[in-house]
Amino acid sequence: MSTLTYAVRDSKTMLRRNLIHMLRYPIALMLVGIPVILLLLFVYVFGGTLGAGLGGVSGGRAEYANYVLPGILLITVACAAQGTAISVAMDMTEGIIARFRTMAIFRPSVLTGHVLSSMIQTMLGLAVVIGVGLLVGFRPTANAIEWVAATGVLAMITLAVIWLSVACGLVTKSVETASNLPMPLILLPFLGSGFVPTDSMPAAVRLFADYQPFTPVMETLRGLLLGTAIGNNAILAVAWCVVITLASYLWAKKLYNRDPSR
Amino acid sequence: MATATSRSAIAIAVTGLRKSYGDNVVLDGIDLHIAEGTIFALLGPNGAGKTTMVQILSTLIGADGGHVRIAGRELTQEPDAVRDLIGVTGQFSAVDNLLTGEENLNLMADLRHLARTEGRRRTADLLAQFELTEAGKKQAVTYSGGMRRRLDLAMTLVGDPRIIFLDEPTAGLDPRSRRTMWQIIRDLVASGVTIFLTTQYLEEADQLADQIALLDHGRLIAEGTPDELKRLIPGGHIRLQFADLHGLESAARAFAESTRDDDTFTLQVPSDGGVRSLRALLDQLDMASIEVDSLSVHTPDLDDVFLTFTGQPDTERATVR
Repeated sequence: MSTLTYAVRDSKTMLRRNLIHMLRYPIALMLVGIPVILLLLFVYVFGGTLGAGLGGVSGGRAEYANYVLPGILLITVACAAQGTAISVAMDMTEGIIARFRTMAIFRPSVLTGHVLSSMIQTMLGLAVVIGVGLLVGFRPTANAIEWVAATGVLAMITLAVIWLSVACGLVTKSVETASNLPMPLILLPFLGSGFVPTDSMPAAVRLFADYQPFTPVMETLRGLLLGTAIGNNAILAVAWCVVITLASYLWAKKLYNRDPSR
Repeated sequence: MATATSRSAIAIAVTGLRKSYGDNVVLDGIDLHIAEGTIFALLGPNGAGKTTMVQILSTLIGADGGHVRIAGRELTQEPDAVRDLIGVTGQFSAVDNLLTGEENLNLMADLRHLARTEGRRRTADLLAQFELTEAGKKQAVTYSGGMRRRLDLAMTLVGDPRIIFLDEPTAGLDPRSRRTMWQIIRDLVASGVTIFLTTQYLEEADQLADQIALLDHGRLIAEGTPDELKRLIPGGHIRLQFADLHGLESAARAFAESTRDDDTFTLQVPSDGGVRSLRALLDQLDMASIEVDSLSVHTPDLDDVFLTFTGQPDTERATVR
């Protein structure tokens, strides 16, 4: 068999291992609770006031449910990232990883197994959050193609963030540190256009909010799901996702391949 | 692959192997040659560098210097070719706790790229061989220490490796599980596999190994067969038990170099434990008409060997060849 055949076969084998882990210890799925609670909090507690501040025609809670959902989706991705970092860090402390290293297998397959199973868990989590969103007043106007595009954007940012969190899980020796490293990602939707429009922010914060990677992703999702203007946000979103994915993949691969004795 | 192994009967060849962690020298120029189809035991106290040695030879970590050839293949040049030939059971359990025993073995079969039906058959065979068929459906996290070790070794055997590294395979096992493990190891060698094992149990090395090397502070301080090592130690003696003090006293007079114990009426006479010296001793007892209650021959065990070598400073080194 060729190297590519081995790469695919080993990655499939590792994915199966991680999927069994997911069923028996669904760590990333457990983290779906946080975005759901935030969604309810922001719609039912802050929604009335924040919605009025959006200045729309209908205003209020209903409009805010629509506005906040893309931000909550990215919170979901950030929470899943934490789960990925924890499970990668936990896995690296297990003796079986040393066994894998002494076997003639496609080395990155250990990582791709984690990435693929985390992808599946996160996409399921996102579906749950969208479902809850529909129950609390999220009213998307998207057609089928726009839904597919939105799913694609979510998949891209999920892939990027998960590769980043795999690297976070590898860079540290302790599970506790690994769970804290991706924590700032949860703040990014707040320091962007996730919860309030950026033009309501002071200049310095706004500068950061406008140019950080999550903002174009959230704006693109908003455009696709609710029909607001997308502008160049789609290209920016895709560019950010590709750059983060590539850089994180290379970093994670380097970390995994380093001599464990050093 | 077959030609490489048949050309040389040496399974593992190590020359000048070095490894340091910062200022701490763990392996300080190790030379080893291990013949195919034999059991080699690396014996040493905690922190001697045994695990580091296994980690280097099994491609897990890199060395700082020296050469290693496994089945004729240069370790650093063809790591994947070496990995195809070896199996490793480390000191710490290398099973996936969330997977069942059966799933663990199937995972190994898939990673060894066995065909599906062949892999499943191998799994069933190994579960039966290691008495894990019933436990095979349970998650490994529920296993006892002995079961976990057996599963661990079974996973190592999935790809039929030609060379197996066992890092303290019986550490923490009860005596019965230890004996089971020994039998498994003997059966493996009978099928032509080469075994490199590390242990702190002298009895284990004595029981299993064809060749033993003593590792201390990163250096091999002695090397040879168990018997060769024992012969190196002049600690053997014959123990004579007497009925009363009178017998003990007359015997002590006859054997000038002996050590007496007046409380138990016993006398220890230095001896190499051989038949000739035993006969000489009995003749001497006969001539002096000394009645002996009982007699036992004490040949030095590896404990004596070990104490002799490691109890001394680094300057004393011996190689039996």
